[in-house]
Amino acid sequence: MSNSKCQTLDTAPEPEDLQNWEVSRRTFLQSATAVGATLAVGMSPADAQTVMPGSAKTKSVTLNINGQDHSIQLDTRTSLLDALRDHLDMTGSKKGCDHGQCGACTVLVNGRRVNSCLLLAVSAEGDPITTIEGLSHGDDLSPMQAAFLEHDAFQCGYCTPGQICSATALLDEMKAGHASVVSFEDGTQNAPKLTDREIKERMSGNICRCGAYPNIVSAVRAVAKGMSL
Amino acid sequence: MNPFAYERATAPEGAVHSLAADKNAKLLGGGTNLVDLMKQDVERPSTLIDITRLSALAHIEAVEGGHRVGALVRNSDLANDGDVRKTYPLLSQALLAGASAQLRNLATTGGNLMQRTRCYYFYDSALPACNKRAPGSGCGAVEGFNRVHAVLGQTDEGPAGAHTCIATNPSDMNVALAALHAVVEISGPKGKRTMPVREFHRLVGKTPQLDTNLQHDELITGVHLPASAAKFAANSYYLKARDRQSYAFALVSVAAGLEMDGGSIKSVALALGGVAHKPWTSEAAEKAMIGKPATEETFKAAAAAAMQGAKGYEHNAFKIELAKSCIVRAFTLAAQGTGNHGAEGAAA
Repeated sequence: MSNSKCQTLDTAPEPEDLQNWEVSRRTFLQSATAVGATLAVGMSPADAQTVMPGSAKTKSVTLNINGQDHSIQLDTRTSLLDALRDHLDMTGSKKGCDHGQCGACTVLVNGRRVNSCLLLAVSAEGDPITTIEGLSHGDDLSPMQAAFLEHDAFQCGYCTPGQICSATALLDEMKAGHASVVSFEDGTQNAPKLTDREIKERMSGNICRCGAYPNIVSAVRAVAKGMSL
Repeated sequence: MNPFAYERATAPEGAVHSLAADKNAKLLGGGTNLVDLMKQDVERPSTLIDITRLSALAHIEAVEGGHRVGALVRNSDLANDGDVRKTYPLLSQALLAGASAQLRNLATTGGNLMQRTRCYYFYDSALPACNKRAPGSGCGAVEGFNRVHAVLGQTDEGPAGAHTCIATNPSDMNVALAALHAVVEISGPKGKRTMPVREFHRLVGKTPQLDTNLQHDELITGVHLPASAAKFAANSYYLKARDRQSYAFALVSVAAGLEMDGGSIKSVALALGGVAHKPWTSEAAEKAMIGKPATEETFKAAAAAAMQGAKGYEHNAFKIELAKSCIVRAFTLAAQGTGNHGAEGAAA
């Protein structure tokens, strides 16, 4: 981690500067996120250190994201998540664990929720990708985004884009009649009902370190009810 | 991550050809395990051959003698296929017990068969001893932190032994496929061959680096689900014991199926996960149930037979009793009827 990044943290607003806090908070979070990304990359020394100059393999890739094609030159090792965040400036999808264990990076590919940290960008070429940025139309939030706000379904907000993408796909899976392991335990595998137990199981691929789970369940339940699911 | 060349296969034959041409090439399916292992520097392929666009391998179809599942059918699609859910509910339930919705949407049938162990000593390339990752280097787990490790069929020559490995196969799908006598369909340079799932995964023996009997230049094209497995559809249960309720690997899992003939058991499907280097099957345990009533006494006898010869370690000895209890529980729930457990099933 470079010193300049450290200084970014050091210059974050002092708590006593409360009047400017809300405005500054966003700036601070953006800086902190940038540091987080640097740290996350730094955690895999193999990524950076074993690459001899010129040994990286690059490929020209066209990614269809939120209805628009983006053509970029990428190292073949680039995950879809890193392509979004580091190459296309779409930082809504978050890097939590980078190993498919937390769900913060969840996006929709072909309308299905996936962990973008484990999907290589080169492999996603040709498939329509929807990110959190593509769920709303300008300031017009999607029903799930609005429900997360209404139900206070987050605290720090870091896992929220992944939670919302995941919950959006969950409703489509319900519409398609998909079962979960809970459906089998409850004997409803042929006609699943979206009980709270089902919501918890179906959202278990998204970890919330703040523990906002009860309100996440409320938000999902509310949108599902509006759709008569 | 080591740099790699990337190519997309447009036909199964092309994928096999590319594999044969480069001993360091690997096939890319969903990538949920392979890409992760590449990030960890455990896997270092020179070339990734992306087979995800081989649409001919992405279908489930009814065939003579059962169903054929293409190697590229995603775990979520396999679990929710109408025919599979009705005919092989044990497989659906096992698949849905694994990973998360996001991972199941990526993970493929062939990839799940090839899934590698989650032994910490294998997964962390900074640790020096792992016979599976670096043959001959010893085993850090056997006298280390071995909570998730094997109690059956392992090779234990001590921590410095060149063949010691107490890793487990982490899959849920594989356990159900083994219980149901599914067969892997394979394509290679010499043509096609088939291999029962029960023989596809290996015990450690003297080659801990090998998980399966698939050769480097072979491609899994599909899995055959035998029609005979449908006899367990009415009485099956996949029980998974884990450290948290969802989204965790099994400490112990049991794929249980019963074919009932009036009050007595006519035939049995049984395989265990989380206890061995491969899905653990026991003919002795299956035989112990045949012709007997579906009672706790019968299931306890089967559990004792299944766990015969088990050996625990400092942190995983609990698995032996846990596995016995899980076997009894899984068959008790299976006997009640698939999906017929209500609140009792929920408490399992």
